[in-house]
Formats: sequence, structure tokens, C-alpha cells
Amino acid sequence: MKQEVRLIQGNEAIAEGAIYAGSRFYAGYPITPSSEIMSECAKIMPKVGGIFIQMEDEIGSIAAVVGAALAGAKAFTATSGPGFSLMQENLGVAIAGEVPCVVVDVQRCGPSSGAATKPGQADVMQIRWGRHGDQSIIALCPSTVAECFLLTIQAFNFAEKFRTPVILATDEVVAHERQNFAIPAPGDIPVVNRKPPTVSPEKYRPFDAEEDGIAPLAVYGSEYVFHISSSMSGPDGVTNSKPDNIQWKVDQLNRKFEIHRNEIVLTKSYDTDDMDVLLIAYGATTGASRAAALEARKNGIKAGVLQLVTIWPFPDKEVEMLAKRVKSVMVVEMNYAGQVAGEVQKVIGSHVELKRFNKYNGQNISPRDILAAL
Amino acid sequence: MKDDSDSTYEVVLAGSGGQGLVSSGIMLGEAAILEGKNVTQTTSYGIFQRGGLSIAEVIISDEEILYQRVQDPDIVLALNDDGMNLYASLGEKGIPIFYDTTLVQKQEGENLYGYPFTEMANKLGHSGMANVIALGAVVAKNRMIRVESLEAILGRRFTGKMLEMTIKALYKGVALVTE
Repeated sequence: MKQEVRLIQGNEAIAEGAIYAGSRFYAGYPITPSSEIMSECAKIMPKVGGIFIQMEDEIGSIAAVVGAALAGAKAFTATSGPGFSLMQENLGVAIAGEVPCVVVDVQRCGPSSGAATKPGQADVMQIRWGRHGDQSIIALCPSTVAECFLLTIQAFNFAEKFRTPVILATDEVVAHERQNFAIPAPGDIPVVNRKPPTVSPEKYRPFDAEEDGIAPLAVYGSEYVFHISSSMSGPDGVTNSKPDNIQWKVDQLNRKFEIHRNEIVLTKSYDTDDMDVLLIAYGATTGASRAAALEARKNGIKAGVLQLVTIWPFPDKEVEMLAKRVKSVMVVEMNYAGQVAGEVQKVIGSHVELKRFNKYNGQNISPRDILAAL
Repeated sequence: MKDDSDSTYEVVLAGSGGQGLVSSGIMLGEAAILEGKNVTQTTSYGIFQRGGLSIAEVIISDEEILYQRVQDPDIVLALNDDGMNLYASLGEKGIPIFYDTTLVQKQEGENLYGYPFTEMANKLGHSGMANVIALGAVVAKNRMIRVESLEAILGRRFTGKMLEMTIKALYKGVALVTE
């Protein structure tokens, strides 16, 4: 059946994508510029037999999501900077407990309450390092309405497959833009479900990783009785602070992302075959960078674009491979410090000239901004 | 001014929060989708639900739209003084600027088209029709989409007496430009 093309907003596409991926639980607290995800879920979740709860705050929201995920649901929440800060502690619990869930962070401008309706991309490092202790996470960055839909499904698929929280790191521009998009028919996009245990309830241990580095996850409330807590625990879920166990646990939390690194790290390249200058962009700055590169070519500058679809784990190999072939690299992002530029610098060292294009006044980066800086 | 080979139209709707500019932008975008075009609609607003300067933008194109925001408007509709002050000078560059003389101080200048959209809407029986009248004028002026496509979108959004009124309003707007 041909699907109807609609004018759909980035945030709506995220809610629709979550439903498509099989999510049937949303708990959240409204905050600009993420609120449309919540209001869409309030409308849609009950229609598909799902649960929608407005919680008392963001701390409660992520706690409810972790609980629902362990009870077998594909659960998610959406927020922006101030709420994302509140979620860090329980996000750490989700990481330690290897709880599959999705958190959407619609980035807005400024520290603290900042400028609520203006865009930013300054949560990149918070997304990676916002929790204390040794841990890893996956973060995906949509740049269009279509990618909002598709990467939400991808986020759930990664969460389920690798038993981990996944952050969908979007921004006010992409969240609020509306574009023509036809939601794919059911079955057109693959949907992944977590591995259930293959052993009997008596033999089940919640952190017994299989060869692929991932431990099957049973359902709370079923005949499988198991324990997940925030403390350092052994394969059986019981608290265990022996040195060997600590090392095993920290390895387990990080190693799975290394084993599956090539499957998780997604990038897109545009006009990179014959380029002299490489623009690196993610989220809202991707379209502007692509438009600027096309315009630069008209002026005799051979520019190409690398879009970081996955920002964590960082696409180091992909950056390195393309950076080797150019005279200069420019990272285009809406933050002061160059949070992604710093990662690029780590990868390319001093072999290639690195330019940073940073705008942090709450306004979009336009193709003209980029052209002027090239 | 754009040349004939350029299929991309960039539209700016500027006014205050609560005037229905985003709804107008969405209707324009949906009408363009009916014609198989690509559309990006964006909004820039403050933290107030009503008042302040709020801008809705629509880009319509046969090509892939890479950058979300309007860079060179092809047509502007201003529904408050702030919006008018921001864009009126574009008239000298050949960009048609439509504005509501009921709400915006009258200005003399090239390509400035003032009409009493709100007053006309009140006469039709609903001040909310001002947007639809203005949209009719905008669409008739630069042919980015067919008026019939917009009429079809109104038909999806409204029913009964309200639909009758909106279609009447749409063609009142068209007549401002064509007659």
C-alpha cells in the first residue's frame, strides 16, 4: 500500500517512530523544545494499547522508563537540557543494569534554563560523560524529519539488541521543522526485540553475557526472578565488590560497544570522492553544510561533507579515513567549545588543518555563515 | 528576483504569537505536498504564547531542500509592525511585501501591498479569516502553488459553515491581487 505523504514535524516523527519500533510506554515531563513528543504520545499511546504517564518531574520519568523496560516494555522519554541533567543519575542505573531504553534529548540553547525556544548542540559531552564512573552509551543525531523517524527506530533497535540506553540527540531546529514525509508501512523497516533467556528460571543469571557480549534479559514479574541494582554486581545480579568482579563488570559495560562498534557507528558522506576540504556536521548543521559545500564547488572549492549520524561511540575511523585525503577539515556545530571538534582533533592530530565553526547565539548556522568561514 | 528555472519559493509569515501564522504556514505546505513538491516549514518564536515577534517560514521546491531556513524570501506577509519593520526594505529589491493595514501602520514604498485583511475578515464574520484572505493574496501573487490546492486543504480542515466561510475568504484574497 502506498503511504500518504504528510507534512510532519520532527518531534511528531520521533513519537511515530517510537510506536513503529514497538514502544508502548512513555513517561515524561513536558519541556520546550521536546513537548510535542509527549503530546503526540499522549494521543497515540492509548490507541495502540500503550501506556502514557505524565510524571512529577524528569527524575520520576526516567525511573518509570527503567522500571517499565525491565518489566518487558520498549520504554522511552523525551526532554531537553534541564530535564536531561535531572535524568543523569537514573540513566547511570540504566547503564549499570544494562536496561534497554531510549531517551530523547532535544538540545536547546544555553546552560541552565537558557533560551528555551532556541537551538543548541552543547549537550554532546554531557550525553557521553554526564554520568559518573566508567560507562559507555550510544547516541544518534537526526538531521531531517525522515531521520527523526528512522533513527528513533534505530535507537530502539540498538537499545534492544545491545541491552543499553540509547540517546536520540536532536536539537530545536530538527525537532520543530516540518517536512513532507510518508511514514513507512508496517514491516518495511526492521524492528529488533531483546534476547529472552534460553535457560530455565533456576539457572538464569541477568548478566551472563553470551559470545556476542550481550546477556539475555528476562521480564520482571515473570517466573524469572532476578535482581538489578545500581551497585557493582556479579553475573547473577548480586552485589559483589571483589576486584575480579569489578573488572569483569566494567569490561562488560564497555566491551559490548567495542565488539559491535562497526554496526553502531553510522555516518553519511556527500561529495567526498574528490574533495580538498571536509566539512563535518551533525543534526541541524548537516543540511547547511551540504548546501554550503555545493555552493563552494561553484566557486572552485572542492568541499565534501561527513555527517555524523552516530556521535557516540565517536566515528573516529570514519573521520580519520576522510581527513587523510584533505588539506583542511572544518567542524560545524552550535556550541562554544567545539565539543565534536575536540574529538576530531584527537583523531586527526596535527597532520591536517582543523577549523572550528561555532555559533552559540541561539540562531541557526546558515550555508552563508559556513561559506564565509571556508 | 528569481529566474524562471528556479523552482524554489521561500515564504516568510511574520507577526505575533497567536495570530495563526504557523497554521497558515502548515496549510501552505500541505497544499504544496498535494502538488508533489518538497516542503520545509519552520518557526521562530520567543517564550510567550501570545505577543512578541513570531515568524513562520515555508520553503517549497521541486528539489531536495537542504537548509531549513529562508535565506532569500520570495514573498513576505507581515501581520504586525515588528514583522513589517524587519522586512519592508526587501520591497525595494523586488520582493512583494503584503501587510495587514488593520494592524500595521501604512507604509509607502515599492512592492508594499497593504490590505485590510483583518477588517475584511470581520466583515465575513470571523477575525480568524484574516490569515486565509492573506494566504489567497500571497498564493495568487507568485503562483508557487495553485489556489485549488489550498482550497483542497481547507476542505480537509474545516466543515459546514466554517468551510464555506474559509473558501469565500480564500477567493477574497485572490481577488485582491487578480482584479
